[in-house]
Amino acid sequence: MSGPKPSVDRLGRLLNLVPYLLARPGILVAEAAADLGVGERQLREDLELLWVCGLPGYGPGDLIDMALDGDRVTISHDAGIDRPLRLTPDEALALVVALRMLAETPGTGNRDVIERALAKIENAAGDLADAPVAVRLPADAEKLDAVRAAVEGGHALRLTYYTAARDETTERVVDPMRMLMVGGKAYLEAWCRRAEGTRMFRIDRIDAFTELDEPAVPPVEAVPHDVSAGVFQPTPDLPLVTVRVGRGGRWITEYYPVEEVRRDGDEWVVTMRVTDLGWAQRLLLGLGPEVTVVGPPELLARIREQATAALDQYSSPGR
Amino acid sequence: MSRTRTERLVNLVICLLSTRRFLTAAQIAATVPGYEHDPADPKDHEAFQRKFERDKAELRELGVPLETGTASVFDSEPGYRIAHREYALPDIILEPDEAAAVGIAARLWQHAGLAAAASSGLAKLRAAGVEVDPHATLGVEPVVTVDPAFGPLTSAARDRRAVTFGYRVPELDEPSTRHLEPWGVACWQGRWYVVGHDRDRAATRCFRLSRIVGAVRATGRPGAFTPPADVDLISHVAHWSGPVRHTGRATVTARPGRAAGLRRWAVQTLSGTDGDRLTIPYADAERLAATIVGYGADVRADGPPEVREAVIQRLKEVVARHDQVTHP
Repeated sequence: MSGPKPSVDRLGRLLNLVPYLLARPGILVAEAAADLGVGERQLREDLELLWVCGLPGYGPGDLIDMALDGDRVTISHDAGIDRPLRLTPDEALALVVALRMLAETPGTGNRDVIERALAKIENAAGDLADAPVAVRLPADAEKLDAVRAAVEGGHALRLTYYTAARDETTERVVDPMRMLMVGGKAYLEAWCRRAEGTRMFRIDRIDAFTELDEPAVPPVEAVPHDVSAGVFQPTPDLPLVTVRVGRGGRWITEYYPVEEVRRDGDEWVVTMRVTDLGWAQRLLLGLGPEVTVVGPPELLARIREQATAALDQYSSPGR
Repeated sequence: MSRTRTERLVNLVICLLSTRRFLTAAQIAATVPGYEHDPADPKDHEAFQRKFERDKAELRELGVPLETGTASVFDSEPGYRIAHREYALPDIILEPDEAAAVGIAARLWQHAGLAAAASSGLAKLRAAGVEVDPHATLGVEPVVTVDPAFGPLTSAARDRRAVTFGYRVPELDEPSTRHLEPWGVACWQGRWYVVGHDRDRAATRCFRLSRIVGAVRATGRPGAFTPPADVDLISHVAHWSGPVRHTGRATVTARPGRAAGLRRWAVQTLSGTDGDRLTIPYADAERLAATIVGYGADVRADGPPEVREAVIQRLKEVVARHDQVTHP
């Protein structure tokens, strides 16, 4: 799955080029190059090479022939390569799995279109279409649909949004940019006018929204995040938290990005970066007997103080 | 690859596509430019044979279905040809909206190898006459990522070959070596799993791809096993028996302006002198207790007793655990 070697790449491109041009008589060389993802100069070199290839005999009637009229090209003899090569197993897998993913994504809208496209690709892929891959992406489709419809309306939105990191629900006006699913969760990526930055809003944490009359106009500096490595990517400026966890709390190392995990007796010492110490306090108190906070001292003090004060509520009458 | 080599290979493909008869290596050498040599000179002949072997390997790597056979029963020399119907992508007609969906799907891959495979697959569809609008978008686009084990596991499942890999569960530090007959790979809630017959446990097992350590090795011959008919991969990884019913009702007191996360779940909120009284639906007392304890002194559980007692018990344990901590 590392992809073919460049040499194989060029041969594949050449074999594909003939039927591509055959299907589009008189296409602009520049347009074909852009469509096929190669430079125009490279495409012209490819055409020159094809020109001297052809059927045995290699006479004028045997060679691949084309009319190169300035910027336009038309194939007049294809020498038998009139169809593209069938899909390789990896190509079929990549297309079929991505389409299945798309079909399973709630809120994409035209699910039947995707299903039809998938059926046709599977048919073209033949035996290879039976990719041993299944996909299921459960989500609140109703809410996703509602937010998507609002985003497609092209207006700015007023959100009532719950921020888990600070445990607060706030009102904010955003300019929607796109909606996406990452790691099984749905997000709205938008320019947040309050924070003056691009933010990812989890759909399940949007408690309410209204469409405003004004259009959505993300500023030029609103650039989509690269989410290929996950939505939360810790940066070195964030506070480092160290905890000891037992077997029952070990799952946090799979759920959250962690810096280090070290075995220590029956437990593990885990260090992780957090966006907010208040969030860490809620997470770690919630884990209860499964975890002991080691540092930073400020967090340890807060955990002790909060746990003691919380417990006191049950021994003294009232508050 | 040099220009002459590419030229030779294009000519080889055209030549083998145009023939119905199997052509022997000698016949190919006498026909296709670039294979000229003196068959009587052993050194020259050997060089030709090496060249021809390399070229055949290249074509197979590209997915060209090279057929081997003999032209007649009197021939002992193997010959070669390419059947057009095996070579060519079947006819495919996509409506503009369908083609747009395929175009979108092809660029969802964040994995370099699969992204390349998706775009070369898309190029073939274009060559089949499909017009793809590169600017089309859909409402919600999934970001498709896979773990490195995805490629080798899907190949092995397709070929029905057994695999061996190192697997590390969080509760154990050392990975253990597992032997699996992979039936297929499943994505559930954003995570990838492989499902199959575990040869060590002699039972059906699922493995999370993110826990696989190092390379996945295919072992043994292809076609070594048959997955159960109509296996539903998702049913093996999705432990979901319908929505959880939150039939319990707990009462908690939250300090004004605090515990926003808990308030989101409240079905009723009453303002009181010592804070707001929230009614929270719940399914599992321990889970709710964990959430309440997370809010520390901002929230007090008032009832029912199963929630209140669970909160007190957890708080006692947290206090006890942190009593002994000395900063390193």
